[in-house]
Parts: sequence; structure tokens; C-alpha cells
Amino acid sequence: MTNKPTTPDSTPHANDPKEANNPNAPDGTATRCIRVPILTRVEGEGALNIEFHGPSVHRVELNIYEPPRFFEALLKGRSIHEVADITSRICGICPIAYQVTAAQAIEQALGVRLPYELAALRRLIYCAEWIESHVLHIHLLHAPDFFDCHSAVDLAKKFPLEVQRGLKLKQLGNRILEVLGGRAIHPINIAIGGFYRLPNNSDLSAMIPALEQGLNWAVDTSHWISTLPFRDQSFPYDFVSLSHPEHYPIEDGYIATDSPNAAANSKIAIKDYESNFREVQVPHSTALQSRRIHPNSLTSAPATTPPQNDSNYFVGPLARLHNNRHNLSPIARKLADTLRLDTSQRNPYHSILARAIEVVFAFEEALRILRTIHQTRNPKVDFTLRSGVGYSATEAPRGLIFHRYEFDDLGLVSFAKIVPPTSQNQAQIEADLRTLLSQIHSEQDISIAKYCEQLVRNYDPCISCSTHFMKVHIHRR
Amino acid sequence: MNLPTTRRTLILAYRSYTLTTNVYNQRTMIKPRPRIAVVKFASCDGCQLTLLDCEDELLAIADRVEFAHFAEASSDLQEGPYDIAIVEGSICTEEDSHRIRQLRTNSRNLITIGACATAGGIQALRNFGLHEDFKRTVYAQPSFINSLAESTPIALHVQVDFELRGCPVDKRQLLEVILAFASGRRPKTSSESVCQPCKRRGNVCVVVTQKIPCLGPVTQAGCGAICPAFDRGCYACFGPSTSPNMSSLSKSILEPNLDPAQASLLLQSFHAASPPFRDESIRLWQLSKQSQPPTNLNATLETQRNDEQTHNS
Repeated sequence: MTNKPTTPDSTPHANDPKEANNPNAPDGTATRCIRVPILTRVEGEGALNIEFHGPSVHRVELNIYEPPRFFEALLKGRSIHEVADITSRICGICPIAYQVTAAQAIEQALGVRLPYELAALRRLIYCAEWIESHVLHIHLLHAPDFFDCHSAVDLAKKFPLEVQRGLKLKQLGNRILEVLGGRAIHPINIAIGGFYRLPNNSDLSAMIPALEQGLNWAVDTSHWISTLPFRDQSFPYDFVSLSHPEHYPIEDGYIATDSPNAAANSKIAIKDYESNFREVQVPHSTALQSRRIHPNSLTSAPATTPPQNDSNYFVGPLARLHNNRHNLSPIARKLADTLRLDTSQRNPYHSILARAIEVVFAFEEALRILRTIHQTRNPKVDFTLRSGVGYSATEAPRGLIFHRYEFDDLGLVSFAKIVPPTSQNQAQIEADLRTLLSQIHSEQDISIAKYCEQLVRNYDPCISCSTHFMKVHIHRR
Repeated sequence: MNLPTTRRTLILAYRSYTLTTNVYNQRTMIKPRPRIAVVKFASCDGCQLTLLDCEDELLAIADRVEFAHFAEASSDLQEGPYDIAIVEGSICTEEDSHRIRQLRTNSRNLITIGACATAGGIQALRNFGLHEDFKRTVYAQPSFINSLAESTPIALHVQVDFELRGCPVDKRQLLEVILAFASGRRPKTSSESVCQPCKRRGNVCVVVTQKIPCLGPVTQAGCGAICPAFDRGCYACFGPSTSPNMSSLSKSILEPNLDPAQASLLLQSFHAASPPFRDESIRLWQLSKQSQPPTNLNATLETQRNDEQTHNS
């Protein structure tokens, strides 16, 4: 029952790291405990347990205490038509990632192929979610870190124009979601086989002038973000993302990996996801953690102990941009070069810049789709119900997301598996913290807690997703 | 029904809870800038995100009220007491049931927002199924997981001064509730069902013209009747309206278009544990058992009932 100490503080109160029981033993092996009750400016709730034995880091645990909500269990017995609506409730920031991935998995099982127009509109609504989610994270959650501000409201006192611009960009993302999805949070228009109803082409093309303005703002935002004081840091990340031969990956492609160890790089078909990555349960978290399986680690191991040869990996905008830079849209690609974003440094603090460039990409892509699309008559493709097994992987704003469903000939789900981005990053976050802590162990507890929180925010973790975030406890011995 | 005592108490509490919907109980405060805490329990964050989605109004609201504790938006977490606590999420763990009581004693007014906080949310489906089964389905080591057998609304644990429904809540309604409480008046939120705004929007009725089952007649308005405008039936993400006529809904809309098992599932979504929906979905399920082989969920319900009977005897 190691889950016990994860009790969130019984009252929501100050986020001050507190020192406790740190008697300095004369031999230098003192125990030091620092505690930050709630990690802030992230989606969901979690904590961090850190234990020092003298100067060395003994234990680092990303402790997710968000109460489990058992989505995979409550999908059993539900109709395939309800799956998109139910899974979207896993996360209020990235509902489209869940809706589109679920719909695609079920369509794959039914052998449904979407015509160009419908597939393009699915991609458009996904672009809208990238804009909304990335802009939210850049301006409201992450940028305050770089200026010692508590929140975007504080930041707006120093950078009124930049924050206002961010809010307008976010509004544009939400506007596409409202026109095409019905509403910004938990849209209602994704159906198996397409959409419930398509908006008029005039409603769609009416958005073009505003999005053109948005593209300019997004470029300005990237220039502003590139001036932030990034900490110099590098980790040996195994970058995992989708890749597509022709375009920047959002909702299709194969899984590409790029690690400093070139021998481990491979192309993985989405259907082979489960034989290349596995989820393990660790006692300190209600989120399952994913690890990459290597050929020499393909042994059946107990589900609670990560096999030795399995490795951590990194998903998210930095990995996506690294693996697919050549397929960025023209302005975004030029911008990445002008701003000298070097993803091969594998610096997690550059994630915010990768996000800003992806916002530019998402605007360009949305505009491309809106300018080329023709009105279609049928909002969805007809299909015959039959039993099946279907899987799909897409790029949620925070990284790769994988779904697999099995259902019977009545269309009732008998099995569901959902692997969100944050549970894939969780082990990597712990590994990063371990390295960072060994570098900054002599600092004051309050600074250590702050640095750790900032490192974690690079990942834009979505804790509600992974349980399905975070307080910092530091113990020094 | 023979139910174990704890379960019976819970259902009794649910009944009294039904009587207190549309509660408004503001303890007025004369303050130019009330201190607000935004606190999360088991949920998807979508309802607090609605607050951050008020792009045009966000900075203006931050002038009007003080966000003293809003972990998703600010790392400056101040201690109570608070003038208004805005609560998202349902109670699923023992710790959370303590946390909500502490928050209540620390807050002058407590407002719950969203389906999770007001009804238990989609995770309250576990209230129908076997909790241990659910844990085993998701986790290899269920014993590591602490969670209560039921996901319950905030009002079952502490007194709530206002409930705002929706999955997610509507932006305009949320702003109205915050501004109303900040200025000491009753929030103006609609108490009609989805049908009225649906007609005003000029939607063609999906039940009448397309025989699509729609929960609009028994659902609280507030969303703007989005689903019928997109050619699909309302799935009741705003929960039951004031005194919903469930039997009439079943007779005239659900039963002619769906088999009872499907109809039962339709009611078991984001407000599955709201008493009118819960009771009607159980009735429809019992009806389906007479005509249909049990589906997975029905099998679970059956096992649970048998368990309860054994427990009682």
C-alpha cells in the first residue's frame, strides 16, 4: 500500500517547500526532506518524491495521485458510437486527440476509409486542438517560469502585448473547434465514419482572414519565445513520434524513433506498437508507465517490475519536430532555421520553442486545408456493423497516443486499451530529474523544488490523462 | 431492493440531494475583490479550463476577483479562508472526502461546477459495476490503488451553495455565476430543458424528423442545444432538468426507437448517478433482462445484485 504517502495535502494551501527531519549526521550522510504539496501550472494533480543520501540522489518518483477513473473498464459493454464521447472526458485540454484516435481505431476495425474531404476536416480540427493546447501551455502555464512570475496574470503586467496576443491565438484555435466541433471543450461532432454534420463551406472559408492574421501573430510569438533564457541541458533522449513520408504527422503515419544510440533506431508500424512498447504499474503512481521493449528484452516479465533492458523514451513536440523537421510547412520550417532551434541538442527546455513553431505549422496547415477543400454532401461514410479489433495512433499535442479496441458484432466494446502521452513520458521525466538533481543538489531546497517543477513543465504533462501531477517531497539522508 | 446499509444510506442521501438541486445559498460578503479558490477532485480539468478559455474576459476577471488558489493557472497558492471556492471533480478517494470537508470550513461560499462535482461524472459508472473488477481491468496490482467503491457528488459530503451543471460547464454561465457571487446576487441561469433553446435556435427536431433518440426533453438547458444543431440527439451532458418526466421520455422517445438495453445505456453516461437517470436506467435494464440476453454491463449489475442479496442474508 505504498500509495498511502501520496495523500494530497488536506487543504489547498501554500506551495512552499518545507524542510523536515533532516538531522545532519556527523558523517555527512544527512537526510534531507523537502516537500512541495502541489505542483502547479500543469493539467491534473501529482507530486514528486525525492530522497537524498548525502549528496547523492537515492530515489526520484513522479507521484501521480490523481484518483483513478477506470476508463478502460467503464468502456466495456458500451457501444462503439459512445467511445469517442466517453474517452474525450479523460482530458479537457486534448479531447480531440481522444475522439479522433478512438474513431480511427474503430474505423480501422470496420474497414472504413474516409474520403479526402472528411479526412482533411479531421486533420483541421486536430490542428485547432494543437493551437489551443500549445498556446495555452506556452502563455498561461510555461512562459511565467522564465520571468519568475506566478501566473499569466503576473506575466501580463510585464508583457501585456505578448499575453494578449496569446489569448487571441487561443481564441482562434477554439473558434475552429466551435465551428467544426460544436464547442471548444468536449466537442460533439466526431462520429464513426466522419462527422455528425458538416458546417457550410462559407462558415469554414469565413475563418480564413482571421487565421491569416493568426499566422502572423504565431510567427511573432515564436520570435518572442526564442529570446527566452533557456537553461543549458542535454539528455540522451530516444525521440519517439509518428512520421509520414509526405507530411508532418498528426493523425497518421508510422512510428519513428531517433536515439543517440543509432542501432536502436527503427520504423515501427502502428499495429506493432504493443510489441515494441509496454506499460508497467509502479507502486507510487495511479498512472501506468510505458517503456520501450528492445529485442534482447523480449521476455515475459512480471507487470510490476520493469525488465532491465527496457528503456525510457520521449514523446512530444520536441521529438515530433526532430523526427519530421523536413516535412514542416514552409514558414514554420524557415522559422525553425532562423531561430536556430537545434533539436539534436536534446534540450528539454527547448520544448516551448518547438511548441511555438508547431503553432505556426498548425495555422499554415489549417489555412492550406481551408483553401483546398470542397463542399461534400455526406458527413459520414456508411458501414456495416461487424465484430473487430482496431488500433490507431495519433500525435496529441503532448505526444504519441495509442488506442486499441475490440468489439462484438452488436458493436459493444469488449476490450479497450488507451496509452496517453504523459504515461509514456513519466519514466523519462524521472530519469531527467535524477540527472538534474545530481547537478543541483547543493542548492537550497526551495530552489531545487523550483528547478524540478520547471523541468517537469517542459513536458506539458497531462496528469488527468495519465491516470489516468505533482507535489515535490525531497528527503535527504 | 435489499441493499447493504451503507448503500442504502447513500441512496437516501441521493434522494434528499434530489430535493436540493437548484440550491442557492449565498453568504453575502461585502468585499471589493473576493478571494477565490479553484480546486480539483477526480475530473478531466475541462471545467477549470473553461475559465482559462474566457480569453476576452480573463484579465478583466482577474481584476474583479483575486485568484488566491488556482493551481492550474498560478504557482502562487495562498492559504484560506476563501470567499468563494469553485470545485471541480467528484469524490473517489478517502483523502478527497477529508479534503473537501477542510475546504468547506475554509470557504464562505462553495460552488460546484461540472458533471463530476454535481453528479459524480462518468466515473460514477463504477457505482453500477464491481469496483474491484474495474481496478483489475486497468491495473496489474489493484492493491496499490486506493479508491472508494463509488464516485459521489460534492453535495453528498458537504453543503453546496450553488451547482452549475454541464460536461463541460458553459463559459457564459460560469462567468455569470462568478460575477453574481462576487456582487452578492443570485446567478441568472436557466432552469428550462434543452427543448426550449433548441426551438429558439431554429433546429428541426431530430426525434420527430429523423427518429434519433434525444434526451433534450429531460435535460437541463445551458449548452445552447448544440447536438440537435449537429443532427445528433442530446446525450444529456448537462444532467436532468428540474422535475424531468422520465417515464414519458421512455415511452414516447426511447422505447419506440431503441431496445431497452440501449436506452438504459443512453441514460448511463456523464450523469449516470443523478437519481432520475439512475432510477430510469435501472428500470429499463430490468425490462431488457426480460427480453434480451444480458450484455456485459447487465451481467455486472446482475452479479452485483446477487452479491448484495448474499450480503444481506
